[in-house]
Amino acid sequence: MSEFLFQEDVSIVLCGEAGQGIQTIESILIQSVKLGGHHVCSTKEYMSRVRGGENSTEIRVSSKRICAYVNRIDILIAISKGAIYHLKERISNDTIIIGDDETLKLVEKEDVIKIPFLKTAEYIGGPIFANVIAAGVISRILNIDKEIFNECITAMFERKGEKILKGDLKAGEEGYKVGENILKSGKIKIEIEKNPKIRDELLLDGTEVVGMGCIAGGCRFMASYPMTPSSTLQVFIAKYGGEFDIIFEQSEDEIAAINMGIGAFYAGARALVATSGSGFALMEEGVGLSRINETPLVIYVGQRPGPAVGLPTRTSQEDLDLTLYGHGETPKIIFAPGNLEDAFHLSQRAFNIADKYQIPVFILSDQYFADIYYNLPSIYLKSVEIEHHIVKTDENYKRYELTDDGISPRGIPGFGDGLVVVDPHEHDEEGHITEDQNLRTKMVEKRIKKLDGIKKDSIPPELIGSIDYSILVVGWGSTYGIIKEALDNLKREDIAFLYFKQVYPLHDSTKKYLDKANKTIIFENNVESQFANLIKLQTDFIIDKNVLKYNGRPFSVEEVTESLKSFMEVF
Amino acid sequence: MKPEVFDVENADIAWCSGCGNFSILSTLKIVLAELEIDARELVLVSGIGQAGKLPHFLKSHTYNSLHGRSLSPATAIKAVNKDLKVIVTSGDGDMYGEGGNHFMHTIRRNPDITCIVHNNMVYGLTKGQASPTTLRGMRTSFQVEGVSEEPFNPLVVALALDASFVARTFSGDIEHMKETFKSAINHKGFSLVDVFQPCVTFNKINTYQWFKENTYHLEDFHDPTIKMKHLRESWKKINIL
Ligand SMILES: Cc1ncc(C[n+]2csc(CCOP(=O)(O)OP(=O)(O)O)c2C)c(N)n1
Ligand SMILES: [Mg+2]
Repeated sequence: MSEFLFQEDVSIVLCGEAGQGIQTIESILIQSVKLGGHHVCSTKEYMSRVRGGENSTEIRVSSKRICAYVNRIDILIAISKGAIYHLKERISNDTIIIGDDETLKLVEKEDVIKIPFLKTAEYIGGPIFANVIAAGVISRILNIDKEIFNECITAMFERKGEKILKGDLKAGEEGYKVGENILKSGKIKIEIEKNPKIRDELLLDGTEVVGMGCIAGGCRFMASYPMTPSSTLQVFIAKYGGEFDIIFEQSEDEIAAINMGIGAFYAGARALVATSGSGFALMEEGVGLSRINETPLVIYVGQRPGPAVGLPTRTSQEDLDLTLYGHGETPKIIFAPGNLEDAFHLSQRAFNIADKYQIPVFILSDQYFADIYYNLPSIYLKSVEIEHHIVKTDENYKRYELTDDGISPRGIPGFGDGLVVVDPHEHDEEGHITEDQNLRTKMVEKRIKKLDGIKKDSIPPELIGSIDYSILVVGWGSTYGIIKEALDNLKREDIAFLYFKQVYPLHDSTKKYLDKANKTIIFENNVESQFANLIKLQTDFIIDKNVLKYNGRPFSVEEVTESLKSFMEVF
Repeated sequence: MKPEVFDVENADIAWCSGCGNFSILSTLKIVLAELEIDARELVLVSGIGQAGKLPHFLKSHTYNSLHGRSLSPATAIKAVNKDLKVIVTSGDGDMYGEGGNHFMHTIRRNPDITCIVHNNMVYGLTKGQASPTTLRGMRTSFQVEGVSEEPFNPLVVALALDASFVARTFSGDIEHMKETFKSAINHKGFSLVDVFQPCVTFNKINTYQWFKENTYHLEDFHDPTIKMKHLRESWKKINIL
């Protein structure tokens, strides 16, 4: 067997069945790695089942900041027998596989390390401990202090009682012994630079930052119905919302959820709903209500492949069109964060801007982004502010008063002497039903006029890389980290990446950036290139090449790097 | 307080003359005035249909919602600001058809709101199709051979779900309706009032005359121990609780 040395970056993948606790080891390990002073990024893929099947988590440990999925597996910890088959397309000659004798029988390569995971686990108290043994092995070969590792184990299992905690500490200990032996054998050597400063950094995932952003945005009400991959945000608000006086309600369906959300915002509580796929389709009627009754709402969409049930636990960027279109014509705003800082700030901003323009504001995420963890130094909070857009009403108050900028001051019931009448029909200034054609024209124009202000407030795309580019790579939302790392790998002066975090309405600078390029290429997780179509519609610009992936998996850094290389070769 | 404080100036009332909705509206105004409810603390929530237009004719905060979607915003409004009085006005199609799921689950949640359903046993606004409460056999432009199902019984469903207040009244029996509205609004928790309301244009079966002949008053109105009796009585479909 050859010797493996990792000095900059190592990609460790854990694979096991649903129910074997892969997510638990992920939490323990990423914490230990960070506390040990390494940069860390983890991404996961899992099946839509509660037991069995194969789930895997990739944990990257690096000397640089990283926030992207790589296809490469340097070290595979196979906890279940099915792991090898499940990951066969990603296992290469350079992959070291660690696993039980039984599991490794299936492997026709010499770079394997046999470890009696299951036997040791049985000896400690049952197969459930196998995952912690694996975590111990990894932690040891990464040279993480045992104290740090034990700290993480304790944080995770303390609440489960002394007996379980003891077993897990023992399992970790066994893992450390195995790791020690691996190191002694000289098969694996990991010498990734440590930086003690990283210890104090934040370690968050794409769901948590959105949740924090919503709380920082003054969210006081959330109603939702469970659906992967938006459920994690619902769990987050359900868990922490109480500390911030947030009402959380699991509604009977998505239709009730969105109608509760709009009702709450009407009554004065900033409200959030979260959904995915067909749940979002059910909400579309409510989206229309928010648009015509001009009550703000923040809608988080965790995208997954569709239509209908599609691939419940996989990732996609397929719902841009559904978010963008809808019946009737009134403005909306769509954000698509690609990194954790943006996810926080955009979610926070969503509440202010929804309130300012009295429109629905969407946060488009997806399974990949919702589940990605990585460390970051801090989140800049100085600019965070809750804007107040509610007015105190007087007796002559008219909810839909015609104004120059299309924004009718929004009152709420019980604040002032006015009456707040909202209506889903076409209405007059007071909010009563009308079929008057002239009023209809005025009201349509009033609502669409808000777009002028919304455009001025829109967030420009961010240019990453050389400003003297001739090749421009376009991406939106969750592909950010992947495209960025691919560009770093290419180390070329003539290429830049234009990252969109607000996908609608597009900022005026968009066309200028695109026109400057000799060649343009876009990466999207859908088959119709929905964002390229939107760019064409809004700017008349046609992107030269569309690289589209729609198998439910995210792009990998390698894939994007290769696509860019061959794109550059052609011309 | 006078009921006139709830009048909406120049309201363009969209109901047919003789419609049962008129007495529901005027009685509601009387009750609100008698209960001294300030319009500034009152939110009327409705869905879509002829019944759902009522809030536009009664001066108050108004949240006219989508078809079938009045209970969800009403629940949220009350949750956000408990100082508001929240009353829902809805139609039989709106509440029991399009909004049926919300009807069941709102009863389970038991928010402190009152839900008045104008039950004319037909879809009025869309011109006479069967509603969930239309009697079997009635012919409509959609049910050309007559309605083939037994009607939905909202009272039985509400009682089965242990609703905290369930009542039925008739728009032609003003006194009874008034007392029922009052008790419902004063009730702390979810109160359902199903109001029989003749649709003079699209329901030629369930007329004023018909309701008079086919309804009666239940005794022991306030005794909760007789829920089972009420449940049995409710099965007889046509009655006043
Ligand atoms: C989602 C949706 N579907 C259908 C309609 C059309 N629609 C409006 S009112 C109504 C039925 C009204 O019947 P009911 O609730 O009994 O009220 P009524 O007019 O009899 O008072 C229908 C089907 C609609 N507005 N929205
Ligand atoms: Mg009706």
